[in-house]
Amino acid sequence: MGEVAETLQPDVAVVGGGPAGVAAVCRAAEAGASVVLLDEGLAPGGQIHRHLPGGKAPRKARRWLARLRRSGARVVTGAPVFDAERSGEEWLLRALASGRPLHVRARRLVLATGARELFLPFPGWTLPGVVGAGAAQALLRSGADLAGRTAVVAGSGPLLLAAAASLARAGARVAYVAEQAEASSVRRFARVLVASPAKLLEAGLYRLAAAPAPYRPGFWVKAAGGEGRVERVHVTNGRRKLEIACDLLCVGYGLVPNLELPRLVGCGVELSPPRVSVTGRQETSIPGVYAAGEICGIAGAGAAVAEGEIAGLAAAGALPPDEARAGRLLAARDRARAFGDLLAAAFSLRPEVLELATPGTIVCRCEDVPLSRLETAETLREAKLRTRAGMGPCQGRVCGAALSALRGFPPDSVRPPLVPVPLEVLAAEEVPR
Amino acid sequence: MREGVTLRVDGRSVEVPGGITVAAALLRIGVVALRTSVTGEPRGVLCAMGSCFECRVSIDGAPLQRACLTLCRDGMEVTTDGRGG
Repeated sequence: MGEVAETLQPDVAVVGGGPAGVAAVCRAAEAGASVVLLDEGLAPGGQIHRHLPGGKAPRKARRWLARLRRSGARVVTGAPVFDAERSGEEWLLRALASGRPLHVRARRLVLATGARELFLPFPGWTLPGVVGAGAAQALLRSGADLAGRTAVVAGSGPLLLAAAASLARAGARVAYVAEQAEASSVRRFARVLVASPAKLLEAGLYRLAAAPAPYRPGFWVKAAGGEGRVERVHVTNGRRKLEIACDLLCVGYGLVPNLELPRLVGCGVELSPPRVSVTGRQETSIPGVYAAGEICGIAGAGAAVAEGEIAGLAAAGALPPDEARAGRLLAARDRARAFGDLLAAAFSLRPEVLELATPGTIVCRCEDVPLSRLETAETLREAKLRTRAGMGPCQGRVCGAALSALRGFPPDSVRPPLVPVPLEVLAAEEVPR
Repeated sequence: MREGVTLRVDGRSVEVPGGITVAAALLRIGVVALRTSVTGEPRGVLCAMGSCFECRVSIDGAPLQRACLTLCRDGMEVTTDGRGG
């Protein structure tokens, strides 16, 4: 009854087309492996280099994307992987490509599924017009027109300034930027940037572009209000309170890695912070399965590229090409990861933002489960079985991450399909070989 | 962005720039609520990157399509479950 799946059989399958995945594909293909890249998005580049297909890629991404085009790898966009299983000496990945089943069989996998924003529930967070901090840029880069909007940007991390700058350049009025980290933490982080002129310049340019929006460390959003959409936001620093009229609230509390596929594959993960465990050569606990980028710990694009290169070379059996070159990549990775650790420390979440939800605040947005119904649950599994929280289309990507942040719950088990798929795709058969 | 394309959104024909996502197009035509939650709340785009599924709409009859990851195509039928603006 199922559809017939197209089947690809490369040496190496890479899942995730952000900086890590693209670097892995290029290195593996250049080392002589046949490579397939599966990406859920519309064009490679991930979130940081998001652009429309046929549109202009961000300047920083162009060299790698050109290298990807020259690599000869088969790049399949719009293709989320919804299942993975071991099949003899190979891995079988099942993806959904334009509504049709796509199967990829490979002996080596590189997982580079990146990260998503952490959303913390607060009163009014479900109002239309409340989006993530990264979501503002994602919308702009996918063709939204936000000129004339009045925006408040809030949450945590350097992403807030980048979002404010993008909004201002797009003609929105940025009324306020509320950074929950204290001014002293932000200053300490800024001093570290001095050691990296490129990063300092970038930060300066963001600040300039986002001006005259007030940037206020130590402030967070307490609630959003409005009829049918966001119309005002209440911010506070615990002492002062302000109400700001706006029609767009961009709020994000940092990033969480997309560990669903690595966990489905069976890779060992660590919990604090959540990440795939990898060796110095980016190999996971499963031989032949490599991981790179944010799923190995949030550390930004620099670390992702270095790790992607290492993982791609390793997956193609070409590491080290020579010790000197491997050493350079490993050193670049370690430096980038150290920066990521500094970032996490500077922008760690204050307790107040973990206590914003009231009993009536919806926590699971897919099934409309409020906090009051989740009070007595002691695990995500219990929460799911009692209330359906985590059973909706997002499969706990939003509420699970929120509850883990609020309550310290470890993740629940992962089951396929990782995204909703039509029954005939689940039941797809392959043409016999 | 390329030449305009015509979408039918909840039965109404609208022209939007070509080459953009359905989520971006809906925002351009003033549709902020893309769906209605199980308890009747209006909901719009949240993550804009395919994780949260809040932007789920029906595209050409296929349900649970993420508007933020779908490119507009001329003649596309978009059915939201929201109440428009």
